Amino acid sequence: MKAAIIVFPGTNRERDMRLALKRASGREPVMLFHREAALPQGLDLVVLPGGFSYGDYLRCGAMAAQSPIMRAVVDFAAAGGHVLGVCNGFQIMIEAGLLPGGLLRNATLRFLSMDCRLRVERAATPFTGLWQKGDCFRAPMAHGDGNYFADDATLDRLEGEDLVAFRYVDEAGQATEAANRNGSARNIAGILSPNLRVCGLMPHPEDLVDPLMGGIDGLPMFESLAQRFVAA
Amino acid sequence: MKARVYVMPKTGVLDPQGKAIGNALEGLGFGGVRDVRAGKVIELDLAEADPAQAKQIAEDMARKLLANTVIESFRVEIV
Repeated sequence: MKAAIIVFPGTNRERDMRLALKRASGREPVMLFHREAALPQGLDLVVLPGGFSYGDYLRCGAMAAQSPIMRAVVDFAAAGGHVLGVCNGFQIMIEAGLLPGGLLRNATLRFLSMDCRLRVERAATPFTGLWQKGDCFRAPMAHGDGNYFADDATLDRLEGEDLVAFRYVDEAGQATEAANRNGSARNIAGILSPNLRVCGLMPHPEDLVDPLMGGIDGLPMFESLAQRFVAA
Repeated sequence: MKARVYVMPKTGVLDPQGKAIGNALEGLGFGGVRDVRAGKVIELDLAEADPAQAKQIAEDMARKLLANTVIESFRVEIV
């Protein structure tokens, strides 16, 4: 798997992401700075990692979405490329129009730094291939603006087309209000594009990929991607 | 020409910041605050001298960057 990680000023989770991709695929991803205007040839996957790009000025992700490299990333996605966005990366994707909706301030106004539980809503995608639908796993989260919002028509379309990737759930795997700490619409934690090749989510599966981190709950995401591109 | 762009959370979109400000006002003894919405104001100094043109430019800027029209509405004022 040939992967690239995009680094913006203020990105701070790129090394965690590199570790996860390297561990799953055995191959070192390339790091690309926001000023680059083009992606290297033959990339399988582009990853927008977490952080606080451009100090969250204006809106989280709004400045990064306008940087030169994002034009190349949008073109890459339009041509059928695979793109993963985590946390600030998800915010950037939304601001760049790669995925629908918006991410509001957490309903409690608190920055949430804790583990959450996610339920896999859509299996058999490049990002969730090694999970079954309904599988639950632990994922750390760390964000102030992760409250997913979209109008009812968009939410209905996402659900109707089965494009919700992950939901926040409790220990019993139920999508309760208490499990939905940031207040996201319909407990949505992550969504997919219609071609299933673009995925954005708020929690950090890349931060649970080694027993030394306290677990490997997030590893299936990266192994799913790695397997897809071994076969290709 | 100066333009002022008012960006507000859309009606129906949860505004936890506004809610928190409302609660704080109540805590200070200001009764009768029914609702608080918090947005932002962006001031632009534009080279354009024609007010109608300037307004159009600022609105274009708001649509493309200054506001996220999924969650926010905006209004441009030429000053």
